[in-house]
Amino acid sequence: MFENLSLHELQIYWWIIISLLGGLFVFIMFVQGGQTLLNQLSDNETEKTMLVNSLGRKWELGFTTLVLFGGALFAAFPLFYATSFGGAYWVWLAILFTFIIQAVSYEYRTKADNFLGAKTYETFLAINGYLGTFLLGAAISTFFSGAAFVLDDNNFVSWSVSTRGLEALLVWQNYLLPFAMIFLVRIIGGMYFLNNIDHEPIRAKTRLMVKRNILMFLPFFLAFTAWVLLKDGYAYDPETLKVGLVPMKHLTNFVEMPAVGAMFVIGVVMVLVAVFNSVYRAKNCCIFTMGIGTVLTVMALLLNVGLNGTVFYPSVSDLQSSLTIVNSSGSHYTLMAMSYASLMVPFVLAYIAYVWYAMDRVKITEEEITSSGEHHY
Amino acid sequence: METMGSELVNWSRGQFALTAMYHFLFVPLTLGLSFIVAIMETIYVKTGDEKWKKITRFWMTLFAINFAIGVATGLIMEFEFGTNWSNYSWFVGDIFGAPLAVEGILAFFMESTFFAVMFFGWNKVSKGFHLLSTWLVAVGSNLSAFWILVANGWMQYPVGMAFNPDTVRNEMASFWDVALSPVAVAKFLHTIGSGYVIGALFVVAISAWFILKGRDVIEAKRSMVVGASFGLLVSIFLAVSGDESAYQVAQHQPVKLAAMEGLYKGEERAGIVAWGVLNPEKQIGDDRPEFLGDITIPYALSFLGYHDVDAFVPGLDDLVYGNPEYNIESATSKMVKGRIAVEALTAYKAAKKAGDDAGMAAANEKLQQYMPYFGYGYLDKPTDIVPPIAITFYSFHVMVGLGIWFIVLFLIVLYLLMANDITRFRKMLWLSLLSIPLGYIAAEAGWIVAEVGRQPWAIQDLMPVGIAATQIDAGNVQISFWLFAILFTALLIAEIKIMLRQIALGIHGGH
Repeated sequence: MFENLSLHELQIYWWIIISLLGGLFVFIMFVQGGQTLLNQLSDNETEKTMLVNSLGRKWELGFTTLVLFGGALFAAFPLFYATSFGGAYWVWLAILFTFIIQAVSYEYRTKADNFLGAKTYETFLAINGYLGTFLLGAAISTFFSGAAFVLDDNNFVSWSVSTRGLEALLVWQNYLLPFAMIFLVRIIGGMYFLNNIDHEPIRAKTRLMVKRNILMFLPFFLAFTAWVLLKDGYAYDPETLKVGLVPMKHLTNFVEMPAVGAMFVIGVVMVLVAVFNSVYRAKNCCIFTMGIGTVLTVMALLLNVGLNGTVFYPSVSDLQSSLTIVNSSGSHYTLMAMSYASLMVPFVLAYIAYVWYAMDRVKITEEEITSSGEHHY
Repeated sequence: METMGSELVNWSRGQFALTAMYHFLFVPLTLGLSFIVAIMETIYVKTGDEKWKKITRFWMTLFAINFAIGVATGLIMEFEFGTNWSNYSWFVGDIFGAPLAVEGILAFFMESTFFAVMFFGWNKVSKGFHLLSTWLVAVGSNLSAFWILVANGWMQYPVGMAFNPDTVRNEMASFWDVALSPVAVAKFLHTIGSGYVIGALFVVAISAWFILKGRDVIEAKRSMVVGASFGLLVSIFLAVSGDESAYQVAQHQPVKLAAMEGLYKGEERAGIVAWGVLNPEKQIGDDRPEFLGDITIPYALSFLGYHDVDAFVPGLDDLVYGNPEYNIESATSKMVKGRIAVEALTAYKAAKKAGDDAGMAAANEKLQQYMPYFGYGYLDKPTDIVPPIAITFYSFHVMVGLGIWFIVLFLIVLYLLMANDITRFRKMLWLSLLSIPLGYIAAEAGWIVAEVGRQPWAIQDLMPVGIAATQIDAGNVQISFWLFAILFTALLIAEIKIMLRQIALGIHGGH
């Protein structure tokens, strides 16, 4: 089946999968968002424990999606893996550090003799929530703003500045997406709590939080969208593969790929509808509308930056070193073999959905958290 | 391609080794304990005996404490290929990335999804579905080990690929050759075997402690029966898979095998050194004795390496300087061929730039002919092919010695449990308890043999570590090394303290 696809078709197929994974990852970052809300949404230790336990049943999914995202990039676009991770060394290492401290915090926080104390583990969760999200946003933002690398004729990377990725923080536009993401994941985190925790005091505080955070999210998101759509975009000639700047490339992409443009608009609308229903109609089920909206929006942005002759990782040091899905992908054989493996994805999504349903059918209550018969974080 | 400074390469290796060694403190217990817990829960579901539920949940709690930190260190390992080995990631990413992605799709989601059911689902899903989830966590953990060891096996014995001079990388030609490579399969079986043994040791040792303290004795004895039965089976399996691993090393990495055995001058009917002290003065090619003292089991190395007691096993001298009598090529000759391959690649690129099709074809023909020696083109001197001998030798012998001890231990414990009253054999209980660190020492020693013994190669024969690393100031890696070291150590201390407290709370304690 996949054997008959051309290399370029497989590259497009894999970019679509990467975009989907990116969308799913941002959605599952509601765990990070929730981690920034532990104090804000709780008035006592029991409420905080309810919040931690609610997130604690999902944090592994986020971790796994991140691992799969890395593995899929390695397999499908190895030149990006080699260039960005090795080049923007400190940004990626900082992201990884925030995830190491997240992984242990749920299990260790309330355990006796935990060496660092519960407050430290809660701080770890907050660091992962704020800094991890911020840095991931900054890293993704460089897809649009570019990075300082040069590839030699062996495709081996050298970085042009010694700050190794931290220089992205000197570009003011690179702050728009990180802040938008922080507020977004807090909103999704809130909707997850509304759905997963049956406790009115938490729900009341959550609705207020969502209301405030959407007001913070929108200016950053709109500014980011305006910047991306109106800026000169990096594009390549499909014949010569020469890279150059094209005015309003990303806006043009939405017009020339109307399905992707529609996906973006529908995604944003779904996010707004979910917020409206949560805040003004006091519904608790909006995590799913919000989730699909988030996935569609992020996916559309990633499709925009990777398809239609667009450079997805521009080099500001040497334009012709820029990465496209054409010059950075795996071989035809590898992409074909991996495509067969990707057929498992719907099956994986199905059992995740089933387990989610089975486990969350009964909502978290104060009684459950205070009972001694259950495993708690 | 240029060889990088040794300071950068050594710090990059150090950081990867640090992460891998910390990671492998946690993974084996996950691999082994997941199955033991699944067996215990199966007994609970079959018998309906609440004591077995208590036992299952106790070991499950310890499993979770260990699991979290294993996941954290595992994430770092995956990304460190990119952050610290970026040239490697490009040069072989087309092959190496695939097992990692398949691992994510097939194994990690299974593990993480059903992990949540296993811990939080006792009162939320049916008994049967809960048991299935516990088994799926075990299967997922082991499946993930399979794919990462396929990747590692490929570094030891690269197969199923072709070099593409246009992209300057190796590209996959056969997924199944990569996935089912005999080295990968042997490595997988041996590595999971070591995990099972550690899981079994852990259960036996902690149960022994309970019995010594006179606490939760019935539950502890039941746990011990499961642990020791499982342990005896898997420690024998470990020895058998170790034999297959050594056979594969002999076929594909003879220099590593010679270093493992401190064998300088090759011989027919070669023996295995059961015990030995290496002569620190000994150099490759000189006539000094190899050992200050040793006890050798005759014929065993020939049999182990080639399944033939008469076989010739090449020593380091033969492999470095060549041995025409046995048709062994010298490292110098391979270096000459490697340089031809490197020059042919340069010529290919020049011809391509000039639009010279005939020149490209000629250069490519030469390149493909000498490609198996490509990595040798970057070595400075013939002795560069030899890994650090002492660390490889001693690690191998420590691992093997401890592996034999584990079989003996499980055998005695199981006998005492079945035919006698083990509570009266306090020395044996103490020996069981003290064997916990030995399991970890054996497992780490095994990794040292595999990875230090692979030096100087990142990919055997194709890419030495000197050109595989990320080009970055060594100071950056030095800083990140220490940051990792501090963080991992702090988390390890936390893990051990929590674990000890949970054990002290007892099988009937809180979860």
